[in-house]
Amino acid sequence: MNPALALLRRDVLLALRSGGSTVEALIFFLIVIVLVPLGTGPDADILRALAPGTLWLAALLACLLSLDRLFQADFEDGSLDALALSPLPLEAIVALKALAHWITTGLPLTLIAPLLALMLNLAPDRLVWLLLGLLAGTPALSFIGAIGAALTLGLRRGGLLIGILTLPLYIPTLIFGARTMADAPLPALALTFALTLFVLALSPFATARILRIQMR
Amino acid sequence: MGLVLHNLVCRRGGRLILSDVSFVVPAGGALVLRGPNGVGKTTLLRSLAGLIPIAGGTARLFDTSLGPEAEGVALSGHLDAVKPGLTVAETLAFWARLYGTDMAPALQAFGLAPLRARAAGRLSAGQKRRLGLARLALSGARLWLMDEPTVSLDTDGVAEVTALLERHLAMGGIAVISTHLSLPLAAETLTLRAPGVDTRPDPFLTGFDA
Repeated sequence: MNPALALLRRDVLLALRSGGSTVEALIFFLIVIVLVPLGTGPDADILRALAPGTLWLAALLACLLSLDRLFQADFEDGSLDALALSPLPLEAIVALKALAHWITTGLPLTLIAPLLALMLNLAPDRLVWLLLGLLAGTPALSFIGAIGAALTLGLRRGGLLIGILTLPLYIPTLIFGARTMADAPLPALALTFALTLFVLALSPFATARILRIQMR
Repeated sequence: MGLVLHNLVCRRGGRLILSDVSFVVPAGGALVLRGPNGVGKTTLLRSLAGLIPIAGGTARLFDTSLGPEAEGVALSGHLDAVKPGLTVAETLAFWARLYGTDMAPALQAFGLAPLRARAAGRLSAGQKRRLGLARLALSGARLWLMDEPTVSLDTDGVAEVTALLERHLAMGGIAVISTHLSLPLAAETLTLRAPGVDTRPDPFLTGFDA
């Protein structure tokens, strides 16, 4: 097996076995979506108007939940040092770990979102755009999050700090992502995807640079 | 010409930890680092691994200079780099795939074969250490940097580490080992001293024997 695939497989396996990050994110997502009608009242028109923003915000927050463990576990048990000295460049290691985070968080959230969208009375013809928008946008959440996770490495209670550092950087993805459910979805979807590609190209280098400083 | 250090200077967080460290270890040779706690043994090993930038002097391994992204170096630190959620066989298979080597010899070398299906989280401290050290055998690296490898190992474990090291050295490898326990291994010893501390007797205190 190729070294990159081996690392990806290990991280996905660990995330699934450690029992929780995926299930936690999904349950959190579900709870937020269930709570919104309780706060705004059951008016179907209000819910329909709120649905795109609410779904995206909930997905953003659910993604944040498990970000603090992205490098922390490997940092604490010495695996990060060993990985840094492996034949894979640190940038590739970062990208693969962020990809594993997306597979175990962003992807399941995307797949369950259409079901929850029905609870918010989102028009059925918008569901496919919700799915496409999340599919295009959530990888950016994991890859931007990697920068925050690297910056807060080794801090106690770094989880909260990751949110403060990362959420402002999520703003463009949130704006364009939620617009994919508006009347002209295609430009918003294209911009969401473009943003993700930009982040995918930039984040591994920034994150690897921060990790090198953290490992000193 | 193996591993050559010339006037190496190491800083950590701006503080001078080591200065003017020079030594030569030929291919097939081992060097044991000694010195009191906090003198910089770990810093030296991490500098050679390229994790801490070298502040001055040169470190060369054969034809390449050591530093960030240097190839052919493996480090085993205080921590075992073992994931509690993976079994012994999965751990070794992962490292073998990452390094592009074969896991079978490592599984045999440390008596890990009977434990292969056990989760690493359920291993004893000594068994975890063995699993952590087995990674070096998989790395295919020519330079092994070992930080206190024998901690929490039993006598059989120490013998196995020694045997592993001897095989590595016999194949032309090099090892730099920091340890407080004696390894039954033919190796040079380097005792590190803290830099900038004047060890001459204080002239004002000569004659006093309080």
